[in-house]
Amino acid sequence: MARAVTTQKKIMWTALAWAFGLLMFFPILWTFLTSFKTEAAAIADPPVWFLFDWTTENYAAVQQRSNYPLALMNSIIIAVGSTILGILLAVPAAWAMAFVPGKRTKDVLLWMLSTKMLPAVGVLYPLVLLAKWLGVMDSRILLIVVLMLINLPIIVWMLYTYFREIPGEILEASRMDGASLKSEILYVLTPMAVPGIASTVLLNIILAWNEAFWTILLTTVDAAPLTKFIAGFSAPEGLFYAKLSAASMLAIAPILIMGWFSQKQLVRGLTFGAVK
Amino acid sequence: MGNINLKQVTKSFGDVQVIPPLDLEINEGEFVVFVGPSGCGKSTLLRLIAGLEDTTSGHIQIDGTDATSLPPAKRGLAMVFQSYALYPHMTVRKNIAFPMKMAGLDQATQDAKIEAAAKALNLTDYLDRRPGQLSGGQRQRVAIGRAIVREPAAFLFDEPLSNLDAALRVGMRLEISELHEKLKTTMIYVTHDQVEAMTMADKIVVLQAGVIEQVGSPLELYRTPRNRFVAGFIGSPKMNLIEGPEAAKHGAHTIGIRPEHTDISTTEGLWAGTVGVAEHLGSDTFIHIHGIEGCDPMTVRTSGDVAVSHGDKVYLTPNPAQIHKFGSDGLRMS
Repeated sequence: MARAVTTQKKIMWTALAWAFGLLMFFPILWTFLTSFKTEAAAIADPPVWFLFDWTTENYAAVQQRSNYPLALMNSIIIAVGSTILGILLAVPAAWAMAFVPGKRTKDVLLWMLSTKMLPAVGVLYPLVLLAKWLGVMDSRILLIVVLMLINLPIIVWMLYTYFREIPGEILEASRMDGASLKSEILYVLTPMAVPGIASTVLLNIILAWNEAFWTILLTTVDAAPLTKFIAGFSAPEGLFYAKLSAASMLAIAPILIMGWFSQKQLVRGLTFGAVK
Repeated sequence: MGNINLKQVTKSFGDVQVIPPLDLEINEGEFVVFVGPSGCGKSTLLRLIAGLEDTTSGHIQIDGTDATSLPPAKRGLAMVFQSYALYPHMTVRKNIAFPMKMAGLDQATQDAKIEAAAKALNLTDYLDRRPGQLSGGQRQRVAIGRAIVREPAAFLFDEPLSNLDAALRVGMRLEISELHEKLKTTMIYVTHDQVEAMTMADKIVVLQAGVIEQVGSPLELYRTPRNRFVAGFIGSPKMNLIEGPEAAKHGAHTIGIRPEHTDISTTEGLWAGTVGVAEHLGSDTFIHIHGIEGCDPMTVRTSGDVAVSHGDKVYLTPNPAQIHKFGSDGLRMS
């Protein structure tokens, strides 16, 4: 029998869910509103909500002061590049762990995940020295490689969970049908795992896009992505909240829109494997 | 083409030996059935031949060449899996074409072979569908089609009918037998169903715990089972095995009598018992009888029009010519 839910309860839970949703969304809403205020209105006390003189001057100022298109391009290249590179490396790794597990496969997986718990700052110095020695500081390729390495454990884990859902007999059938390992992964495994790979790609683009520690520390101008672009507006001579907000909105807009459209995929990707 | 020779093949998973040293010869064009209870190693043996599992020791020869360390693709065999293992993202046409694509055949040859296979298997109308849109029997046919186009040295079937309902199973059983008559290619077929084994095989290999108990034609196995295990496993309903004084009268540890080799009467006979359950199948009646020393219940197969029911007193007389005798080691006494 289905559990009886009273209308009252439904309303209560719906209200609660909305309240929680709004709470989560509030910082973005506030940034959005502030980005259209004058600097004076931005720091007004008590804060003004909607009744202020809406202006787009901040956006114009931000565009003037820095190179938004370059930062956007860098963000796209770094996020997409590191994700593609990560997928290329993770698919064979996840294949091996899912279909020919060894005694230590679980340990390797856990170890990979444990590297995510390492404080990033711990490897900052060696990495900077290495990058300088290789002459790749402030280059897109450095960030692509670094962000790929940082997100690789998550990519492998997600793909591994997806691959585990694919019946091994189908892969065996392809082997009987004469497929080489390459063909097996290319023609059989990957097409069957497309939904999983898509979710992984989406999530990792978002992670790479939002990554601030390495992108800020390893770039100066040429490879600076949107994170660095925002950081540039928190100037020491005083905070320009309205301009900072405008810069933030410009930085998060692309990923916000992408996330909006791919919500379903993302949720499915994140909960996949949790429900068995 | 299509001899398969197993020489002293063993297989262990960790410390557990699932196949002790085993020799087997499969001749060209034979329909060989591996049969045995679940866990007897029959599927493992098939997978060893396929190359999906590595042998722990021993050699596998296919057509005279040592294939022990060849990958599955290079053995020239085709396999039909229990779960069909079709590629869900490909249409029927692409599924059937896949092995040819892997072999690098040209498009015209591929199309011709797909058409021929589809026609032979009644799949022509379904070529552009995906496996998800097909019934179980159709999926099974696609799996067979995919195997046929490879023109393999031998077909391997791993319990291919166990996911089908009873009616379809009988139909597909016939289709596979007819396919064998037509192609004359070696087929190795794994099943736990002894009816499938009896009806389809040229040669049955009965396995238990990785050991071959007997190899022979269906009728050989039925008429002269080598030991108690084969006697009990082959034949449906199962052979009645009787121990104790009744067996001693024949100078054996155990005697076996098949349900169809026992006469039943309501008035007189050698052994007396009471009817437990009578299963009326129309053509036959299986009667399970209690109260006979050394074998409880004893099953008798008789004609469909015998009217006995629970609690009736009956008398049984075995046909003396059809009594199988086994020693205390379980082996047949000649």
